[in-house]
Amino acid sequence: MAYKKSVLFISCDEAKHICDKVQYGEASGWEKFKLNLRLSWCRFTKAYSKRNNKLSELVQKAEVKTLDNDLKNKMQKELERELSNSK
Amino acid sequence: MTKEKIEPNKWIDRYADYLFNYTITRVNDREIAQDLVQETFFAGLKSMKNFKGEASERTWLVSILKRKIIDHYRKINSKKGQAEVRINYNSSEEGEGDWLEERVADLSDLGAAGNMENEELGDAINNCISKLPEKQAAVFKMKTLQGYETETICNELDITASNLWVIIHRARTALAECLEENWF
Repeated sequence: MAYKKSVLFISCDEAKHICDKVQYGEASGWEKFKLNLRLSWCRFTKAYSKRNNKLSELVQKAEVKTLDNDLKNKMQKELERELSNSK
Repeated sequence: MTKEKIEPNKWIDRYADYLFNYTITRVNDREIAQDLVQETFFAGLKSMKNFKGEASERTWLVSILKRKIIDHYRKINSKKGQAEVRINYNSSEEGEGDWLEERVADLSDLGAAGNMENEELGDAINNCISKLPEKQAAVFKMKTLQGYETETICNELDITASNLWVIIHRARTALAECLEENWF
């Protein structure tokens, strides 16, 4: 028998997906509600959610900086030019 | 043990962000950090022959970068001259009683200790990101650190939104595992 997808109850995978979206502020209110409902009883979702939140917290705290992609492209070109000159 | 190969063509993708973050936490200036990273790559190219493949490519580049950072500080210190260096608490006799208290206030002011921890955390995160498969690292960085919109990333890397979320999920799981031992 095929299960009808529930409106309210979600699978563990779906909960993880919503939890990922929450980290980027991209989950809707309804999604958050469904996630919270599952969080109230599923220890796997709870464990995943805890780690995921902690990861976001650490990344935010560390303020990891990256180079702009345009600049990286420029650096790549200069490096290639230098490389062909040195050959 | 297999020897490490040197692949300068991949340096930017693989190490530019890592080296940049390493530098910026130490020099506190984006432009200077960019220049130092660029110089490091060029210096690496020049001394490629000296790379014996015993350390990893990244370790080798970091060792070059460290020298560049030290050189940078030497240069600005010699520009500043002696005057600023000489200003310290012990030199004025009048304020002799005050300096201890001021030092204490300085430390509690979220000073060295806090920054050092963040520096270490930044290094650890960077280190873990660099262990991810290239695509995961690229997507994670664009989404999480550079704050690009999902749509932009999908267009640039030619992936679908659900692809993106699968990649993000894998990257986050791997990163949490990597950081767990020391930081969770």
